[in-house]
Parts: sequence; C-alpha cells; structure tokens
Amino acid sequence: MTTASSVKTAPSSDDLLDAQPLEFMGYDFGLSRRAFVKTLGAGLLIAVSPRALSQSQETGQRSRNTFLGTGAQNLAARIHLGDDGTITVLAGKVEAGQGARAELLQAAAEELGVPVSRVQMILADTGMVPDDGMTAGSGTTPRTVPAVRRGAAAARNLLIAFACGQWKVEQTAVEMRDGRVVHPASRRSCGYADLARNAASLKLFDQAIPSDVTLTPVNEWKVMGTPLPRPTGRAIVTGTNAYPSDIARPGMLYGKILRPPAYNAKLLSIDLTPARAMADVVAVQDNQFVGVAAPSSFRAERALDAISATAKWEMGPPQPSSAQLFDYLKQNAEGGLPQNPFANELAGAKSLRRTYRVPYIQHAPLEPRAAVAEWKDGRLTVWTGSQNPFGIRSELARAFRMSEDQVRVIIPDFGAAFGGKHTGEYAVEAARLARGAGRPVWLRWTREEEFTWAYFRPAGVIEAEASLDAHGRIATWHFININSGPNAVDTPYSIGKTDCRFVRSTPPLRHGSYRGLAATANNFAREAFMDELAAAAGADPLAFRRSHLQNPRLRAVLDTAASQFQWEERVRKTDANTAIGLACGTEKGSYVAACVEVELDREQHAFKVRRVSEAFECGAIVNPANLLAQVQGAIIMGLGAALREEVQFENGKILNASFGEYRVPRLEDVPELDIDLVNRPDLPSAGAGETPIIAIAPAIANAVFRATGASVQGLPVRI
Amino acid sequence: MDRKISLKLNGRLRTVTTDPDRPLLEVLREDLHLTGTKYGCGEGECRACTVLVNGESTPSCLTSIGNVDKQTVLTIEGLANGDRLHPVQEAFLAEGAFQCGYCTSGMIMGVAGVMKQNPAAGEAEYRAELEKHICRCGGYPKYATIVRRLAGMPRAEKAHV
Repeated sequence: MTTASSVKTAPSSDDLLDAQPLEFMGYDFGLSRRAFVKTLGAGLLIAVSPRALSQSQETGQRSRNTFLGTGAQNLAARIHLGDDGTITVLAGKVEAGQGARAELLQAAAEELGVPVSRVQMILADTGMVPDDGMTAGSGTTPRTVPAVRRGAAAARNLLIAFACGQWKVEQTAVEMRDGRVVHPASRRSCGYADLARNAASLKLFDQAIPSDVTLTPVNEWKVMGTPLPRPTGRAIVTGTNAYPSDIARPGMLYGKILRPPAYNAKLLSIDLTPARAMADVVAVQDNQFVGVAAPSSFRAERALDAISATAKWEMGPPQPSSAQLFDYLKQNAEGGLPQNPFANELAGAKSLRRTYRVPYIQHAPLEPRAAVAEWKDGRLTVWTGSQNPFGIRSELARAFRMSEDQVRVIIPDFGAAFGGKHTGEYAVEAARLARGAGRPVWLRWTREEEFTWAYFRPAGVIEAEASLDAHGRIATWHFININSGPNAVDTPYSIGKTDCRFVRSTPPLRHGSYRGLAATANNFAREAFMDELAAAAGADPLAFRRSHLQNPRLRAVLDTAASQFQWEERVRKTDANTAIGLACGTEKGSYVAACVEVELDREQHAFKVRRVSEAFECGAIVNPANLLAQVQGAIIMGLGAALREEVQFENGKILNASFGEYRVPRLEDVPELDIDLVNRPDLPSAGAGETPIIAIAPAIANAVFRATGASVQGLPVRI
Repeated sequence: MDRKISLKLNGRLRTVTTDPDRPLLEVLREDLHLTGTKYGCGEGECRACTVLVNGESTPSCLTSIGNVDKQTVLTIEGLANGDRLHPVQEAFLAEGAFQCGYCTSGMIMGVAGVMKQNPAAGEAEYRAELEKHICRCGGYPKYATIVRRLAGMPRAEKAHV
C-alpha cells in the first residue's frame, strides 16, 4: 500500500519493542557508576566508562537477544523426564494473568500425547529454564508455544523410537494412547518413565531440538484449541497463590526507598542517625540511593520518615507540565516536524488536517512492583514480578558487577504488567538493601511510587493530513507520530500515496512499553481521521473503510463486528442521545474491529458506553476461554484510556498519583459486550494480549463525532 | 508503644504484641503470614485488601490492628471449610473469574461478606459490593456473571456457610 513516492522510516514493530527508548529523566535510581565504586570499593572495580556500558546495552543486537532470547539449547533444557513418570516442561515466559501458563501447558501436553495433569510447568526461573526472551509483544503464542511444541514433539518421537527399538517393530505399527506408546498387535506399551530409565535414550536429550519436527495439525488437536482453565485457579480463590510480594525468607527485613520530592531533584545531604537509632533498623546510603530496612514495613516507614525530614534537596530546573505537554513534544520533535511530501497535490483537492493528542497513562497493575532479594555465599537470588526475567538477571549482574551465573531471578506468577514491568529498578533496589543489611530484604512499591516512578505509556502527538480525489477516495495520506512510537503507524488501507513516520521527541516523563504500545495512539488517530474523511466524502464510515480495504482478514473482522452490531440498520435510526461509532485495526498479526453504542448527556458534557461489539481474529485459537478473557480485558483497559485515564503533572511532580485521583475502569463502567472470536484454524496462531485494545477508543471517539459533529482529536474523549 | 492485641482470626484466638497503629493488612501479612490479603493502594480505593471484621466487608489497609482488638476477623485463608470451598470461592473458580488473580481474594471476601450479612441479597447488593473493587485486568464481565449466579443460588446453599 506504500507507493514509490512514499517516505517510510518506521521499522517493524518487533525490532523496536525492546529498543523503544526508556528515558531516565534525571532520576537514575542511584545506579550511576560512581555510586557503585562506593558500594563495592574502588579496589574491586574494573574501569569501564558508563558511556561504553550504556552504549553496549543499546545496540540492536543486544535488544534483539533480550527480546527473543536464545531458546532451549537442547531438548534437556526444555523437558525433564523423571523415572517415576513425572514430566517437567520448562519455559522462560512469565504468567502475569495473560494465560501463558495454561497455553504452554496445552502446547506441551498436546505434543507429548499426555493429559495436562501429567505435566508440571516451570516458568521463568533463570536457574532452571531456557531463555525464551521477554514476555512481551504478544510473543508467547506465536513463538514460545511452537518452541514448546517442538520440544515436546521431539520427546514423543524419542519415546516412539525407543519403544519400536525395544520391540523391533516398525513405527507404523505403534500408536500413542493416553501418554504411552502402544503396540496393539502384541499388546505391549511403553511410557515416558521407561524412556527416562534408559540411559542411552536420555543421552539423546542433549541434542538440539530439530527445527523440522512434525507438529500435530490443528484438525487433530485434542488439548490445544480447548478452553483449559487456569491451572492455578484453586490457589487463587483460596489466597494461597504466592505472588512476588508474598514471598518471605528467613530473617527477612522490609525495605523502603527514599524518593526525591520531584523528578530531577538532587539529594544534597541527609542524616541517617534517626533511623539507625531505631531498634533493628538498617539504613543504607550510596550517593543518591537511600533506603531503610526493618523487621516490619511500619517501622521501615517510620525510619524513612525520620531521615527524610533531615534531607536537603536541590530542585532541578523548571520542567514541562501536562498543560504544555503537546506543544512541548512538537517543539522538540527530532529534526523538526516533517513536511507533507504531497503538499503540492493538495491544491484544488478536498483535504483535511488534524492534530491528535494522546496523554501519558499508567499501567497501574494491581500488584505494584515488588522484589525479595537474598545474598548467600556471594550469590544473589531475587524473586520479583517482571516480564523480563533474563533481562533483569543481566541488570542485576551489571549493577553488582557479577557474572550472570551468580544471579538467579525467579518470577512467581504475578499481579499483572500490561507492558509496564520490563525493567528491574526495584529488583536492584531490594538487592542493594539486602546487601547493606546482610539479610534478605522485601521491597514493594507503594501505589504512589508506582504512579510516580514506574515508566509511563508514552504521550504522543499525531499530525495527520489527507486529500480526497474526485471519487471521494483518499488520494494522499501524511501521518506523523511524534514521540509515542512506530507501532501500527502504517495504514492498513489501500491509499495511493502514503507517508507514515515516527519521529522521536524529548519526553518529559520516563516512558516505555504498554499494552499494544503506540498502536493504541496510532490506531486512535488513524481511525478518528478516517471518520472525518468519510464525513468529508459524504460516505458512511463502514462503507468508506470497505472501499479502502483490501486486506481480507481486516475486512472480515470489520464485517463480522458490523453485522453483529447491525450497523447498517442502526445508521438509519436517529436518536439524539444515542450515538454509534466503529473502528478497526491490525497489529502483530491479529485483526480487530469494534462497534460501540454511546449514550450522550449533552447538558452534562458526559457520555456512557452502553454496548461494544468487537470481532477479533488471531489465527488458530489456542485457548478460547483465555482468549475471551484477554479480549474482554483489553476492551476494558482501552475503555479506561478513552474515558478518563490521563497522568497530570507539573514541574516534575505527578498530581494524580492514586486510584482516587486516577480513575481506572470499574464494574459500573462496563458496557454490554458482544465478542466474536473469529477462529482461523488454517492460519498460524498470533498473540492476543494487545491488539484487541486498539479499536475501542477510536470507536468511542467516532460515535461522539458522529453525534455532535465536533471533531474528537484527543484522549480521553471529551464532549 | 507496643500493645497486646487479641482477636478471633479465622476461628482461632490470636494474640499479637505490636504497635496498635499498624494497619491490619500489614500485621496479617508480616506477623501472621497470611498473605492471601493483598495491598493494592493503601487508601481503600481498590479493595484488594478486603477482610471481614465482625462479618462486614472492611479494607484492612485503612483499619489499624488496634481497632480489631477483641473483634472477629475473617480472611481468605479462613473462608473455606477445610477442603470444601465457600460458595463464593466455588463461583469464582467455576466461572474462571480471575486473570492475574491479585484482586480475587478481596473480591471474594467482599462478596462473601454480603452473603453472610444477608443470605437473601440480590443482584443489586452483590453488584454494589463489587463496584467498590478494582480489577485492572478488566475481568468485570465475569464478575457480572458471578453476581447473577450468586443472586440466583438457592438460599439454603448460602445459609449454612
């Protein structure tokens, strides 16, 4: 859809996911090199300039490895067989509520030919599992599920080969039945425990997993494709599922970190004596890093309050505030704002120009960042909630100048992330306190810390300009995302000439990944702009999209959602207080469309979303129950961004750092949902944790635009 | 100043000697090792920390341990009857009504509180309780199903819990 005349600079999304800039604005979490000289003693230090270190961390190669991981080096790294019949499958992915544990279990059981109850799944313990990369970018389903399937299929093939070798029969004469190889003719059978007892066969587990091992075709799936419930369900409803913040170690202390009063504030001096005077309290300072640890959180808090009262700060220079955010981002666009290369074609044509604004929002997972760190014999173990177990291990190894094999990171199933838990500041903080205290230390950020010191979903400005030809079709399309990212910046519509780009800016807040990343911003802007262009062309939004859509998968979800919602019947009805809108989009190999019904209260400048019909397609469905939960959750999270979510800040301070002031969706906000999960067993499975979020906000914006005629160019949507 | 505080916790008499100003949530988790009750915000907004104090849904982050001296406290760990789950736990499990599950203990306790207070409670009462709780994963459509399921449950099944 991009012509030769178009200018394209946006790289593909996967490569950029991890390379997405994480700007550390003034606050370095005490991690400067100089600080570590003090911690470890200059004599132990190998001179490496901070510049060289950070450069090596930022190379594309490194990002790619961190993101994708190395995978299992051999079959033994993926599957352990016990001679008592136990089967343990290992994977480097994490479970944060998105359902990876169930799907990976299904993948293993399917190919091993055993019931799921036979398989023990170990996730994200760097001391045990292969590096499957980050749990991000909807990567578990398209990459780790197949990796686990290949390992399991290879193990099953070894079992079959072993049994046939023992029995001296052809492989065509045996079959898999209930987790055993059966030779019906002689009524013999052989299971994984038999294989595990054979030393020569086990030796074969040292070999690499063949990449061309045959996997079970979708039409023969018995375990995959079924709605397997969460394996930890009972532990969750009885309160016994141990989250990172529930981990306790013998002799453990509870930690608290001193936070600056604003971004860029510098600690000039502090007196630790009041904390050290308290019984059993340890206070640790290392340049800008100050923390305390005590036998209870309460006492740690008191100790922190006592020393915090003595702290002297130098405030940084004035910083931009949310009120000037969008002007600031535009003014700081790298290389200036790109001109529309099709500007000379606009004369005489019907054209439209809009500026869309998407604010910072916070992931706000219900379990705040938490870590327990324990040092023993020069080795460090950290239990923490993170999407990046091996990356956190590297971060810890770098911070404490250890080799990676001296650090073990264990990620218990944790309380959600949404792209917000890629970095390991809190793991490093807990480890620094534990080192200072000489005892294991538990650290859990408060909700205020979470809202202030965790990175944000990037804010962005999107400049869009397009022209229509005489037939009301889009002739030229110029679409520039400033600051928030390149994901889904390209249009999926068939347009003559396009120029879609991402331009970096200087973000005033520290930003990073998010559910769907910049696809949330880019799809909002594009789909809102499409409705304005449809209006300019005098066309119905559905018909206008159809006339520009060739992609059959995107067309299919759009048609499914529209027909479910009865779009064509509803556009003919007029009701002053009811509005309808639709939007669609694609990202990371999956496709979504949503239609919404919104009830307006014009006098109060308020609206309520009454109904959402969403169709979503991600290839062959691995677990329909989990997929439904992901789609529901993404719609509701997208609703939050459309209705209210917006981080407000002023001169280095967050003004709404609490659930009281930053309202996330609640039960009362939830509309009627009609969700159509379009199954395509003929297509490879794509991930589903992100893309279902991207259609909801623009559909709401389009409903409001349709009803009021007033252009909606910002989130949250206001009327 | 530490004080001796006694409470009936999950059916057993427990005594702790601690600062009475400490949040009940913290004492449950750090001193009594009952970590099923979660911290989510510390301001009573998310209700992940919900426990029952004298049968009533209460945010344990805003309740001091001193305030529950001589009172009865029930946490998620004490809700099931041995291996037999409470009907509210059964409902959440049967519906798969959780994603990360971090808010689940609080929700179950809040809803169980409604059931204990009023076995005749209907959809409106259950809904009112769940509207106080935050589930950031957005599992709400399933909670709406839970509300209908519990409201429609025969009273006898709820009375003897």
